[in-house]
Amino acid sequence: MHARTETASDSQPAWPEEIFSTLQRFDVRQVPYVPDAGHSQLIDRVLGSSTMRGIPLTTEEEGIALLLGAWAGGQRGVLLMQSSGVGNCINMLSLTQIFRFPFLTLVTMRGEWGEFNPWQVPMGSNTQAAFELCGVKVLRATHPEEVREVVEAGAAQAYNASTPTAVLLSQRLIGAKVFVK
Amino acid sequence: MSKANLLDRRAVVSHLLKDRNGAIAVGGLGASTYDIAAAGDDDRNFYLWGAMGGAVMIGLGLALAQPELPVIVITGDGEMLMGLGSIATVGAQKPANLSIVVLDNEAYGETGGQVSHTAASVDLVGVAKACGIADSRAITTMAEVEAFALSLKEASRGPRFANVKIDGANLERVLSNRDGTSIVNRLRGSLGYQPI
Repeated sequence: MHARTETASDSQPAWPEEIFSTLQRFDVRQVPYVPDAGHSQLIDRVLGSSTMRGIPLTTEEEGIALLLGAWAGGQRGVLLMQSSGVGNCINMLSLTQIFRFPFLTLVTMRGEWGEFNPWQVPMGSNTQAAFELCGVKVLRATHPEEVREVVEAGAAQAYNASTPTAVLLSQRLIGAKVFVK
Repeated sequence: MSKANLLDRRAVVSHLLKDRNGAIAVGGLGASTYDIAAAGDDDRNFYLWGAMGGAVMIGLGLALAQPELPVIVITGDGEMLMGLGSIATVGAQKPANLSIVVLDNEAYGETGGQVSHTAASVDLVGVAKACGIADSRAITTMAEVEAFALSLKEASRGPRFANVKIDGANLERVLSNRDGTSIVNRLRGSLGYQPI
C-alpha cells in the first residue's frame, strides 16, 4: 500500500495527465466538479485549459443537470467528484434515463483500501451499487497503467453510445489519505 | 391565499416569451412547465417534469454552450429553493446570456398548496444578489415584467435574476411533451445538432 500526504509533491503521477488528454481527444468542453484531492491534478489542468471550462459546484447533483444542458446546447462534458458525492446525485441521475444523453463521470474512491476515516466507508462501499441501481454502467481502474484505457473505454461508450458511465478511480490507485496531527 | 394585485402567472410568462429572438426557455417541473407550454410550443422550449432543483443548472449548461443565445430559466419558488446552491454556481460563472425568473406564489401548488420558505422568511432576490448576480430584482407589476422581458432577449449583460410575485391560483394544466429524448433532440435539431 502506498500513501499520499497533503504535502506530497515530489513526483506527480502520469495518469491524471492521461485522463486530461483523453478528455481533450473526445472534445470535452464543460467540466463540472466538486473538489477531491484525488482529482486535484486533473482539475488544475482543466482550469488551465483553453478548450475546457472547469465549473465548481456546490453539490454534485448540479453537475448532472449541467451536463444535460451542455449536451442540449451541443457540448460534451464530464463530472468529477469523489465517492461520497455519488449519494448526492441519486434523483438527478434520472436525467440520464429520461434524456439518454452522453453522461460520463470520473469518481475518485474513498472508504476502501486502507481508509483512515470511517465516515467515508458507508458511501464508498455503496458507490458502485448505487450507480448500477440508477442505470449507470460502472468501470474501475485500480492500477496506474490501466487508467488510460479504462477512461478511454468509458468515454467511448458514454459519448458514442449515450451509455451513462461512471469510471471509479480506486483508492489503491490514488493512495489512502494520511491524517497527521 | 390568492391576494389582489398579485400577477397572473400565464400573463407573465407569455410576456416574457413574446418575440423571443431565438431564446431557449427551460421550465421547472410543475406549473412553470405548463405556463411555458401555454405560451406556445416551440422547438426551443425545454420542459421538465422532474429533476426538482435542476432547472437553473440545465440553463447554465445551455448558456455556456450557446453564449450567443439568450437562455431563460422559468421556475417556481419551491423548485428554486431545492436548488439554491445553483444560484451560487451561476454567480461564480456569470454567464452573460442567462436569466432566471422565479414565479413565486409562496407555495407548493402542485402538491396541495403547502407554504414555502418564501412565505416565511426567504428573500430570493437577496440570495441572488449575495451570490454575485448584480442584476437581481423583485417584480410586482406588469410594467416591470415588460421592461424585464426586453432585456431577457439580449445575450449580454447577464446573468439576471427576477423574483415575480404571482397569485396562488391553480390554473388548468397545459400538458407539454414529456418525452425527454424528443425534447432534447428537438432543441438540438433547432441548433443544428444531430442525434448521436
